[in-house]
Amino acid sequence: MEAAVFIGLLAAMLRLATPLLLGSLSGIWAERSGVVNIAIEGMMLTGAFAGYVTAERLLDAEIFDGIGTGHLWLGVLAAVVAGAVLGLVHAFWTQRFRTDQIVSGTALNILALGVTAYALRLIYDVGGSTKLPETLPALFSWTVEGKDGPVGIAFTPLMVVSVLLCLVTHVVLFRTPWGMRTQASGEHPLTLSSLGLSVLKTRYANMAISGGLAGLAGAFLTLEGIGQFNEGMTSGKGFIALAVMIFGRWRPLPALAAACLFGLADALQIFLQTLGVQVPAEWLQMLPYLLTLVALMGLMGRARPPAALGQVQ
Amino acid sequence: MKVFLSLAWSLLAVLAALLTGGVVLALSGYDVGEALGALFKGAFGTPNALAETLVNTTPLLLAALAVALGLRAGLFNIGVEGQFLMGGLGAVVAGYALPSLPWGLHVIVVLVAGMLAGAGWAAIPAWMKARFGAHEVITTIMFNYIAFRLVGWLVRVPLHGPGSIPQTRYVVEGARLPVLWADTRLHAGLIVALAVAAGLWWLLWHTPWGVAIRAVGLNAEASEYAGIRVVRTVVTSLALSGGLAGLAGAVQLAGVDHRLVEEGFSAGYGYDSIAVSLLGANHPFAIVPAALLFASLRSGASLMQIEADVSSQIISVLQALVILFVAAEAGLRRERELKAARKATAAAPPAAPPSSGAGLAASAGSTGQGQEA
Amino acid sequence: MVPAVALEGITKIYPGVIANQDVDWTLEWGQIHALLGENGAGKSTLMNILYGMTVPDSGRIVLEGREVRIGSPSEAIRLGIGMVHQHFQLVGSLTVAQNVLMGMEPRRFGLVDTSASHDKVRALADQVGLPIDPAALVEDLPVGLQQRVEILKVLARDARILIFDEPTAVLTPQEIALLGQVMQRLAAEGKALVFITHKMREVQAIATHVTVMRAGRKVGVADPRRATAAELAALVVGRPLKSPPETPPSAGGATLLQVQDVSCRSARGLEALRGVSLEVKAGEIVGLIGVEGNGQSELVEVIAGLRPVSAGRILLAPRGGGAFVDLTRATPGARRTAGVGHVAEDRLRRAVIKSWSIADNLVFDRFHQLPYAKAGRLDHETIRQRGATMLARYRIKAPDAQTPVGSLSGGNQQKVVMARELDDRYHVLLIAQPTRGVDAGAAEAIHDEMRALRDRGAGVLLVTNELDELLAMSDRIGVVYHGEIVAWRARGTVTREELGRLMIGGRQTGELGTPA
Repeated sequence: MEAAVFIGLLAAMLRLATPLLLGSLSGIWAERSGVVNIAIEGMMLTGAFAGYVTAERLLDAEIFDGIGTGHLWLGVLAAVVAGAVLGLVHAFWTQRFRTDQIVSGTALNILALGVTAYALRLIYDVGGSTKLPETLPALFSWTVEGKDGPVGIAFTPLMVVSVLLCLVTHVVLFRTPWGMRTQASGEHPLTLSSLGLSVLKTRYANMAISGGLAGLAGAFLTLEGIGQFNEGMTSGKGFIALAVMIFGRWRPLPALAAACLFGLADALQIFLQTLGVQVPAEWLQMLPYLLTLVALMGLMGRARPPAALGQVQ
Repeated sequence: MKVFLSLAWSLLAVLAALLTGGVVLALSGYDVGEALGALFKGAFGTPNALAETLVNTTPLLLAALAVALGLRAGLFNIGVEGQFLMGGLGAVVAGYALPSLPWGLHVIVVLVAGMLAGAGWAAIPAWMKARFGAHEVITTIMFNYIAFRLVGWLVRVPLHGPGSIPQTRYVVEGARLPVLWADTRLHAGLIVALAVAAGLWWLLWHTPWGVAIRAVGLNAEASEYAGIRVVRTVVTSLALSGGLAGLAGAVQLAGVDHRLVEEGFSAGYGYDSIAVSLLGANHPFAIVPAALLFASLRSGASLMQIEADVSSQIISVLQALVILFVAAEAGLRRERELKAARKATAAAPPAAPPSSGAGLAASAGSTGQGQEA
Repeated sequence: MVPAVALEGITKIYPGVIANQDVDWTLEWGQIHALLGENGAGKSTLMNILYGMTVPDSGRIVLEGREVRIGSPSEAIRLGIGMVHQHFQLVGSLTVAQNVLMGMEPRRFGLVDTSASHDKVRALADQVGLPIDPAALVEDLPVGLQQRVEILKVLARDARILIFDEPTAVLTPQEIALLGQVMQRLAAEGKALVFITHKMREVQAIATHVTVMRAGRKVGVADPRRATAAELAALVVGRPLKSPPETPPSAGGATLLQVQDVSCRSARGLEALRGVSLEVKAGEIVGLIGVEGNGQSELVEVIAGLRPVSAGRILLAPRGGGAFVDLTRATPGARRTAGVGHVAEDRLRRAVIKSWSIADNLVFDRFHQLPYAKAGRLDHETIRQRGATMLARYRIKAPDAQTPVGSLSGGNQQKVVMARELDDRYHVLLIAQPTRGVDAGAAEAIHDEMRALRDRGAGVLLVTNELDELLAMSDRIGVVYHGEIVAWRARGTVTREELGRLMIGGRQTGELGTPA
């Protein structure tokens, strides 16, 4: 294979793996503390929307004169906050109201889809949005000359941040007092309450982090990716991220590898389409979903989830 | 009796959800009175509006019965949307590829074809759950996305009918459900749906199979212990749930659409049906008024969009709020009952450790809408 | 001297149940104070109040002469009170040190300082004479060592008042003796110890003082070294206890159940049974005992069809005689049809559906058969009638047979299970922990039913952790250790001490729990 083709594929893989990695970290924070979070999809979508709207509304704000990307960074912040709020709602519903965690997650997914679509029309009066003039610029990039012009990998800020967050998650989960609490909360919550430590606080905090990470994944899609928001644009990435989490056995570093694998499958799919392979686009688009199914079949039985997953005190 | 009491509580939760929706509308700067007026008029204001509401009730009711059957067996079938689509696919093929059947028989064949298609589509995730323990929530969602792509391609290429619009041929006259009310679109599917509701109630509470389904949904380990074939019950329940979803699609196709378009046929009926089923406490009879409520929201929304300029997307918001409020109310009620039961047995605390819960990767019957903890 | 704890006039009422009524109780430094009583006597409620898990409706808690309000376990811990829980509150996937120091980890740059943690736990363990490897994963430890972790957890928080909640339930006699030594050492250091139990024998062996509770009230205080077991028992039950009827020995009839060289794996994938063989004859109760986790639970599950075998065969003689049928691969339902009944050890998880009525639970294993289902249709009337009949016959305390099983007491739930399983449709019965969480009256009734069943010619396999129950009921006793049956003894030929030795692999070390 020509080097440029390989580089192009690698670039697409990194771009597609980033939201999956962030989504799977979101899942790890939630499930390690004992809360099932199938609302990652909705939290991503909400983050994508909040990030886009914030950045777009502040595009011409005077305070950002001279700081070219200030509005984008505030958008990122808004996405994280929006995701965290949804995470807290999920925690409140499941812990305080003892709502079934899957029911609550499903409701939040529907709510996110409805609210973003409704608000999009309310603000812009259309089903899609205009493109932002620019997205978050690459921190550094690596370019190779190919036969159809230069091909490069752009290492964008959130891409780098997501890998750092993966390492941070690893250290926090396995090396800090908070990580010990989180694991206890997911494995045997009575341990915490019998010592006078709060399971609820642990779960609320972890759900806020989980939501924030999913929101960040959404910000990546709009502010570092295509620069615009479309209805339902996450199209299942939040669920695929859960498969990535399971594939990584609820551990951050293996999840990084799993996210790259899923990103590669998605990249291949797009790559084959652009090559003009004689396979209908719809068939290629099924690939990531099929891979998710294969992953679930292969690993579900053997991977051991946190023992108290889904339980309420 | 208990069902109706719980329905009364659910109604309060619905009111709270609608109130919240009203606040959202007001905050958006709309005239709430005007919007709700248009919503009501659009749902019940004219004979035709009423008929359209009932037309919308039919697929919602059938799809919600599919969700309810799954939840009774402890399965969260989020794949109803995709199974609905596959049901439409099965129905349309049977409806135009078999042109020579007598009228009454043909429409039955069409409905059965749709049911089988939906059941078959749900049987794959059911098998994945039974064989590999793959959780149905994620797998059925994946099957939704796959169904959209698959049907999209089928309609665009091999089943593309005459003309340039990507859609299949129309089913023959004899494969369509008869119209019940002249000059409206109200068709006999409503009767089918009501009959299925009664049938499901009979199945669940008056047959041994129904006992097995409910037992597995409440406590899979105890069911296995008592001699029930848990895996078989899980697989057949999910397949039958898919069959009902497929029937919903077939009824919609044979009664309203008459051909399959590239996208938009399922129109969110599958997702909305989750809210309908939860609102109806997964009880076949209570689901009927719940479906009517959601159908009226749906048919009223278009007039609300035209007259009050409110985006019809507000309906999804309302539905999500209904699920959240109803589920919160149910959760609080369960907590009250649990507390009462604990106090009653406080004198003799059970010596059992806490049982394992409803994890994403737990093998069977892990989605506990009403599951015992 | 100011007592460590004085509870004055404690009353706690739940709707319909008086858990504690006007209880006065004192605990002195250096005491090992047993709280003795049946299930539901109120001893756990009293200690939950002291540990801040329950707030009393009235009464005072006086700690070292100062009245205090204890609203949560964390306040209790701050006041120097610790509890060693009956169900260990441990995280299996974490290490001993991580469990012991949960919430009080030594830190370095915000991270847990692992080597300092290990040093700290090791120092503490050596100081109190409970050596343990701080780096071991808790889930890999045997039960006796897990309890050691639980004790260290309390001591690491500087508790001076220690509550032991039924600490001997899962221990062998030797482990119990060792626990007693540890408790005596702690008391000698001047700490105050409370010991919740329902076993007189252990009170006499370990405690320095005993308070007996019954129906929420304090009914007596005694010197455990002077009071006889019979005197204590009479206080506990409130009437002279009839001595358990001597079960006449049974020669046994024809073999009904044959288990041949059966092996299987546990839920965690480890080898749980290694080539176990046994026989159960007609008219015989075969008792099995072992330290929890040695394979006896798995053996019952394997015979019931709830866990697959990895090797071996399970054969059953059909009711009324005839050639053995091979049940090795049969479904649980097929085994029930063939005549194997099962009283599961975890009632609420396995044996009943809590939200269903007593009547429905009574036909849970047969609702699809005549006369409860006819032509694919349930006969609700027949089901209801049977419920009413059994309610009366087994004296199940409930308003009617439509009462949900979840609202019954543990003893009455167990009676529902017994009423269903001790039925003549089953000629082989697997009975696990039949009296766990059941009060003395119900336990007596359950034992009577088991004897009657045996005398009607059924074969019974009894698995229990209660040595008294095992010795009173079994015609033959097998000891399970490390996935094997290591010894068989006939009725009346074995002592408790010998059983205890066999349960830990026959070695006479003083070490707690030896299975790997």
